[in-house]
Amino acid sequence: MGAERLTSTDSAGDGGARAAAELAARASYGRLLAILASGTGDVLLAEDALADAFEEALRRWPADGVPQRPEAWLLTVARNRQRDEWKSARHRLSASLDVLPELAMPVSSPFAAPDSPGADFPGADFPDRRLPLMLVCAHPAIAEDVRTPLMLQTVLGFEAAQIAAAFAVPPAAMAQRLVRAKRRIRDARIPFAVPGPEILPERLPPVLEAVYGCLAIPTAETPDDGGASPRPTLAEGLFLAELVAGSLETEPEAWGLAALAAFLLSRPSGGAYVPLEEQDTDAWNPVMIGRGEEYLRRASALPSGSRTAASRTPGRFQLEAAIQAVHANRARRGGTDWPALGTLYAALNRVAPTLGSQIAEAVVLGRLDGPLAGLRRLDELAAARRSDCERFQPYFAARAELLASADEPLEAAEYLRTAISLSTEQRVREYLRAKLHSMTESAS
Amino acid sequence: MRYTLLMHYQEMSPEELGPEVLEQGEAAMNSYAATLQQAGVLLGAEVLQPSHASTTITHRDGKLRIQDGPFADTKEQLGGYFLIDVPDLDAAIQWAGQAPGAMWGSVEVRPGATHTVDGAWVPNA
Repeated sequence: MGAERLTSTDSAGDGGARAAAELAARASYGRLLAILASGTGDVLLAEDALADAFEEALRRWPADGVPQRPEAWLLTVARNRQRDEWKSARHRLSASLDVLPELAMPVSSPFAAPDSPGADFPGADFPDRRLPLMLVCAHPAIAEDVRTPLMLQTVLGFEAAQIAAAFAVPPAAMAQRLVRAKRRIRDARIPFAVPGPEILPERLPPVLEAVYGCLAIPTAETPDDGGASPRPTLAEGLFLAELVAGSLETEPEAWGLAALAAFLLSRPSGGAYVPLEEQDTDAWNPVMIGRGEEYLRRASALPSGSRTAASRTPGRFQLEAAIQAVHANRARRGGTDWPALGTLYAALNRVAPTLGSQIAEAVVLGRLDGPLAGLRRLDELAAARRSDCERFQPYFAARAELLASADEPLEAAEYLRTAISLSTEQRVREYLRAKLHSMTESAS
Repeated sequence: MRYTLLMHYQEMSPEELGPEVLEQGEAAMNSYAATLQQAGVLLGAEVLQPSHASTTITHRDGKLRIQDGPFADTKEQLGGYFLIDVPDLDAAIQWAGQAPGAMWGSVEVRPGATHTVDGAWVPNA
């Protein structure tokens, strides 16, 4: 696994299969950790216990054979470790003992057949405690900038250094943030529980935001990388969104987020930058698009959720997913449905306006009503939020595009130059430079 | 008259203090609590966990705001306290949000570490 990306997000071929296999292994790690952590409220202790269990497996399985139910084996060994630790003087002094009963299961040999009567794990399935774990990671008492990293580490088992690379943060700083957050979870006793309907509506949005954080991670630009592997955590974001949506079932915004992740993942990553509208639709992954469409259907089939019963409009993630669905549909339709995009962006900017979505709406407006209409919208935006626009690459890129359509190549070139200087991704700079080159060629 | 003795000191980890200083400190706290108890003046005492475990709650316009970290505004001063015993942070936050003080100031929710029972220190459950 390269240091600059978490898992390969190549949607086709071998890379995709490997990524899928790795996610399956990570899924099992997260399930075990969630069970171990939710019993004691102590993520650090659970991580240590699980690491010990994996070590012991590496020592013993080659000689003794792989147990019939490896996960049950790991869980038993890890729980024994946890109990040893809790019994040690350190914990007796510094922490409560009232959670011990949860751990106080009969000490059994990890090699006892787990299917035998009286075994620790009745039934084939473990309880899935990952949703409570995710709610802990995105608890309002946890600093916002550590919520997504914390989820990637606890639910998917990534190392701090890998997460640090994805977020372009020094590894030591990321490791420290993560440890602090986990101490806080333990010491403040943040509960591992799915809150009731009176609190859940305010606790779910931060969970979805943290998962959305996986989709919106800026490209980590390392010198040798050249910015060629954008959005390294899309597959992880899809996995986490599906986990939330599947656990709660009836939250339309969770399905909307899963749909959004699937649509984004349907497009090839890496290589030269090509804007969505110019991408070859044959390169898009139809399976992933189908998944996005299915999730979006599920979202819209649900009542508008527990949030605001009064509003019948879909939430932000459903709207963002619907916008991506319109783009995806270009493969079938042969062209982009601009009126649909106009309607969806207008709705998105009513529900959850961001500078990025407002600029996107201006560009769509330029397609619908002509470039001058789009430019007027940008003028309004700039008048209202001048200082934000002045540092925002998409503003200059959009203005350049609209001016070029309005046959103002010289002015367009000016904005394009600023857009290039504000671009953080190497491959975007290269694309815009090529555009500038052809623009100035044809102008002279 | 009831008086609350508020202890302010630099937060140091057991590692930073070293085992000797830590032991001396514990012995001093033990004998102080026992002395107060013998004198019949001790109503209760708490040693709190470090501020890294703190959460700050404010309640404005019917909206509960939950912020990670301790209370850090120098314009406002410690005005009082409620000591509650609840299962977890969410329960503590719900009660803190209903405190009138959350509407005109902030309420810092700090978990306890140890407290006295009959003049003797016991770890918090």
